[in-house]
Amino acid sequence: MMVEKVKGIKYHKKQDVAIVGAGMTIFRRRLNETGKELSYYAVKQALEEAGLDISDIDMVVMGSAPDAFDGVHMKGEYLLDGAGASNKPYVRVFVGGGTGVFAPIAGYWHVASGLADVCLVVCEEKMSSSHPHPQSAFKYIWDPILDRPLKPNLIWIFALEMRRYMHVHNIKHEDIALVSVKNKANALDHPAAQLAAKITVEDVLNSEPMALPVRRLDVSPPSDGAAAIVMVAPHIARQLTDEPVWVTGVGWSLDTTWWTNRDLYFPRYVAEAAKMAYKMAHITDPRKEIDVAEPYDPFDYKELHHMEGLGLAKKGEAPILTREGVTARDGDLPVCPSGGLLGVGNPIAASLGVKVAEIYWQLAYRAGKRQVAKEVTTGVAQAWGDLMQVGTVVVLSNKR
Amino acid sequence: MAVGKKDISCPPYVKGREIELEDLKEKKVTYVEDHPDIRYSFTAGQAISKFLKGLKEGKILGVKCNKCGRVMVPPREFCELCFKPINEWVELKDTGVVETFSISYIDPDARPLEEPEIVAVIAIDGASPHMGILHKLGEVDPEKVYIGMRVKAVWKPEEEREGAITDIKYWKPIEG
Repeated sequence: MMVEKVKGIKYHKKQDVAIVGAGMTIFRRRLNETGKELSYYAVKQALEEAGLDISDIDMVVMGSAPDAFDGVHMKGEYLLDGAGASNKPYVRVFVGGGTGVFAPIAGYWHVASGLADVCLVVCEEKMSSSHPHPQSAFKYIWDPILDRPLKPNLIWIFALEMRRYMHVHNIKHEDIALVSVKNKANALDHPAAQLAAKITVEDVLNSEPMALPVRRLDVSPPSDGAAAIVMVAPHIARQLTDEPVWVTGVGWSLDTTWWTNRDLYFPRYVAEAAKMAYKMAHITDPRKEIDVAEPYDPFDYKELHHMEGLGLAKKGEAPILTREGVTARDGDLPVCPSGGLLGVGNPIAASLGVKVAEIYWQLAYRAGKRQVAKEVTTGVAQAWGDLMQVGTVVVLSNKR
Repeated sequence: MAVGKKDISCPPYVKGREIELEDLKEKKVTYVEDHPDIRYSFTAGQAISKFLKGLKEGKILGVKCNKCGRVMVPPREFCELCFKPINEWVELKDTGVVETFSISYIDPDARPLEEPEIVAVIAIDGASPHMGILHKLGEVDPEKVYIGMRVKAVWKPEEEREGAITDIKYWKPIEG
């Protein structure tokens, strides 16, 4: 059958979407609370900031990464009460590490489609249940026939990608380590931070080798934690606040699990996701039009890799911008002013709290000591995940 | 811009009770232990079964898509880009190029290894550019490995092969 090809995607929506509140727990290696309890804390705080009650919530989206961490194979359903979703339309979404930014995208569908006027988005991760180390749960994301017999560790794919990225652009480890130094220092101003510290490039280069080129201080820690945001329609936003932050673009894209079949130096799936989000947000020159960014930084090189995928730097240029201080909190393009996953912690999906929630707080001028020096209008949050295959992007603006 | 709640620094507070290592040692935390024992037997599927059979015979098999022309390894039943069935199988060489590599000091459970191992993505000769597989390198000093290094598969003796990715023990540098 022949069908007429639609030229380009048009983004139809029923109504605009604003964020009016956010909340998060502390991020730590081990928390005493269950996932439900952590979700409850994050939701209460988000509702408090929004000035809403749980009865005001129409629908709920939960984001959480592999079931194997919590050890409950219906994790979405298990976490439901903590997310405030009893007897409400509720769905759990999951794209690995990309979940923390994918869950707000799913929240956006709910409101933009007109199905909901108030949608709560909650993300939870309890990595410490899997012990002695959450890495043991990661064993089961590999291809069972071709990869698992080689006894892989998840760090391998990052090491392989980092090496390829360094090789293609002739980047030194020193320049990559600057990201870890910056983000861990930024995290000193984040009340939830797990690994905030003043460290040096030498500390990173001399830290314990894991899978070279990756060393201990190139990596974010496993964490427990939860985060939440409240997404609403314009007529609700108007009643709640004079300064809503608008979701002006969303984008997501996935490549295959055949990750050994592509040149790892550039995350094309992130670029595709960004292209979609920028088109929706009418952004043509992201480097000039984006004021503040929270790209996904589970590893220091990943921040640079993702800046390039997001078009915030040319290919190979992100380390130069970092070295010149452009990405510092008082720079021209602050990147990961929250302290990111490297400094605040990496409870996979709950990184929502340092990605989309941080950009929301920055654009609402509520980031306190973390507030970037420059005036901000537009920001971007991005996450990455699965087997080198997913990019999730949200563009926010304090102008509609 | 309007003012509203600008004076609030967010997050205004953060909740959660951290468990210190001391708490664990002194058994101050209530834990319930469980060790799920779930067993699987995975079918290798149409294409990968043939690939594994090839390995047993000391051959690396790929497939060619007659639409886009890509020669792919590992092989697959359909071209995911053209979304067409594959009908041409090709025998690739057991040589290739190191696309990227890592020197790993940790096992799958993040425990330290006694001897580091070298893992690599190897682009296989005869396949399209950057078409690689995940494998290991051997008979080489980790310091001497580089991207672009030419390598050759070191096979297990025929009688020990079982139709698995580990029928190739590792890849070693091609001299000269």
